Amino acid sequence: MTQISENRTPDAEPVEMLLNMGPQHPSTHGVFRMVLWVDGEKVVDVEPHIGYLHRGSEKLCEGEQYHQVITLFDRLDYLANFNNEQVYCRAVEKLMGLEVSERSEYIRVILCELNRIASHMLFLATMGLDAGAMTPSMICFRGRERIQALFESVSGARMMHNYFRIGGLKEDVPDDFVPQVRDLLKLIKEDTDESDRLLSFNEIFLARLKNIAAISAEDAIDFGLTGPCLRASGVDYDVRKAAPYSVYDRFDFDIPVGLDGDCWDRYYLRVQEIYQSVRIVEQALDQLPDGEVASSLGRRLIRPPAGEVYVRAENPRGEIGVYLISDGSDRPYRIKVRPPSFCNLSALKLMMKDCWIADAVVILGALDIVLGEVDR
Amino acid sequence: MPATILLTVGLADFIWIVVGLFIMFTVLSVVVLSLTLLERKLLARLQLRLGPTRTGPMGVMQPIADAFKLILKEDIIPASSEKAIFWVAPIIVVVSAFMIWVTIPGTQNAVIQNLDLGLFYIIAFSVIGILGLVLAGWGSANKYGTLGGLRAAAQLISYEIPIIMVAISVGMLAQSLDMREIVNAQGSYIFFLVQPLGLVLFFIAGLAEVGRTPFDIYFAESEIVGGPFVEYSGAHWSVFFLAEYINTFAIAALTVILFFGGWSGPGLSGDWGIIWFLPKVYLVIMVIFWIRGTFPRLRIDQLMAFAWKVMVPMSFLSVVMTAVYLFYGWPAWSLTLMSSAGLFVVGYLIYKRMTGPTKLVSQTRIRQQALQDQRRAASQAPAEAGGD
Repeated sequence: MTQISENRTPDAEPVEMLLNMGPQHPSTHGVFRMVLWVDGEKVVDVEPHIGYLHRGSEKLCEGEQYHQVITLFDRLDYLANFNNEQVYCRAVEKLMGLEVSERSEYIRVILCELNRIASHMLFLATMGLDAGAMTPSMICFRGRERIQALFESVSGARMMHNYFRIGGLKEDVPDDFVPQVRDLLKLIKEDTDESDRLLSFNEIFLARLKNIAAISAEDAIDFGLTGPCLRASGVDYDVRKAAPYSVYDRFDFDIPVGLDGDCWDRYYLRVQEIYQSVRIVEQALDQLPDGEVASSLGRRLIRPPAGEVYVRAENPRGEIGVYLISDGSDRPYRIKVRPPSFCNLSALKLMMKDCWIADAVVILGALDIVLGEVDR
Repeated sequence: MPATILLTVGLADFIWIVVGLFIMFTVLSVVVLSLTLLERKLLARLQLRLGPTRTGPMGVMQPIADAFKLILKEDIIPASSEKAIFWVAPIIVVVSAFMIWVTIPGTQNAVIQNLDLGLFYIIAFSVIGILGLVLAGWGSANKYGTLGGLRAAAQLISYEIPIIMVAISVGMLAQSLDMREIVNAQGSYIFFLVQPLGLVLFFIAGLAEVGRTPFDIYFAESEIVGGPFVEYSGAHWSVFFLAEYINTFAIAALTVILFFGGWSGPGLSGDWGIIWFLPKVYLVIMVIFWIRGTFPRLRIDQLMAFAWKVMVPMSFLSVVMTAVYLFYGWPAWSLTLMSSAGLFVVGYLIYKRMTGPTKLVSQTRIRQQALQDQRRAASQAPAEAGGD
């Protein structure tokens, strides 16, 4: 707090009010806390406070065996569980030099992209709610619910799946997986269309989001933004294209890029990404090979060779990085996660320069943070 | 002074007023219950939900269950609040909401006390509710509440002006501020036909007046978490809730009385007109709920700009047009023409103002696409290649 008061001019002091937003506030998306200095309705300064959801996940990883760590990764970005599982499994696989069967890779990609869609749908829902529109949230939640029903049929759990294994998958997908996903994709497109028509180009929605918190590509790169927040500023960077992992180089898809780097671009980019993910899943279903999915490791306890590895992947919220150090034992020596939400959140102060209180809510919403990942 | 009232009004009239007020209170409470159910059901249908289904057949007992829950809840009064004001604020809001209804007629005879200056009285009383909101926000010693109270003051006072001006132009058309006279004056044509501009202005300002989407700014749940109501709970909160629905009903009823001929309609005469009146009012209310299910919320500066740059000038224009029409004694369709022209101007202004961002989107999209293509052509190889 002292830090803020130094920045302010003394004569402005009497009119400013400290407004505490969060950790219990409907639009701080979890347990994020912002301390806003407001002059009437204008935000003069903001100080973010994080750590209300700190569980020491990285430290907990050091006490678990390699397979058990997967469940902890489920709980980092709890809206993109499959993506987190995948990046961790890839880290260990890379450390051990394991080959993953084609079929496992394809199923992983399908599930990850579906999870990206689910995550983006939740974003569309909350973005509408932050701006005051109730109905799109219901439409998007219906779509997300359908995806989660599929996840449940595959992994047995709606959210904390624990389905990927180091070197493969827990088990093969259900027999009717392919037709099920195809039906699902049709519905996803319909749901997205419906919500898109209702919200995206609504005049009030545009007036609320367009030209709010516009940041330049340079600023976005300097702050380490990744994912939709970076691409909204016009930077054509996606790990799936820039450094293709898994089988992503076999699919034909575009990277939507924003223009002004404002809140509306961040919103609309995610709408477009849903369609791209649908494209990826469609191609993956066409190419899905037969074969074994179980890990070659079986159910053995694994002891990767001593060494260190850094693996990155494109999560719905941006680039996630996993830095894994092994000392040759059955437990990781150290795991460091580079969470996209945390890095994206660092630009909050820049974005909230001279905004209105109502904008503060929208700006935070458009960043799409998940506190499980920010605080770990 | 009750004694003086008795002397001037007479005992029989006095008893009639008391009984009438009691009936009004009962009827309005039932109406509010029906409105809560209607809103929940209608919004649910718009939002792929079912709404309440468990309490009674199709959930019709839900409002009663809600009322019981709210009354039985603990009424928390924050320790740092200004107790007296905290207590009084909801009462001010609800009393002013009820007082409006004293002179709103349901039919020719279904009115507690018809006043010659009925419209004036209604507008005067509806402003008092703002005081209650400001006091509630300030008295609850909560910053969100204070912000909400100040927002309410700014918003409601701004939108009071268009309402007053439109009411004046309707009063000029009817040559009376008596609500019954206004309805009777719409015998040959309803005022919506001659004053479409007035209707649109009145309806929009009415939405703002009762804080309905897209003007639900002073209690915006996702920003200031309920504004003035943030510290209220239980019975106190339900009183605010009651006032909100009564006001919504009042705005809808006023819209119908001023522009859609009130209880007049083909086939029914006398007090049977209520059969025309209520469906009209409920239709207007359904439009209000429909808007709630569709639109996001405006920001406070956009709201104020809209009030002062569009609503207020256009409402003055509507008064001037009515005055010109009456002064020269032109035929009624001339006012229709003028008013429709005015409406088009409003529509165009809103369209231009609101589609500004849309245009910007498409323009920048083209510009940036060119830029991006250029950049891509310049540096084909991304530096990040390498993988893990």
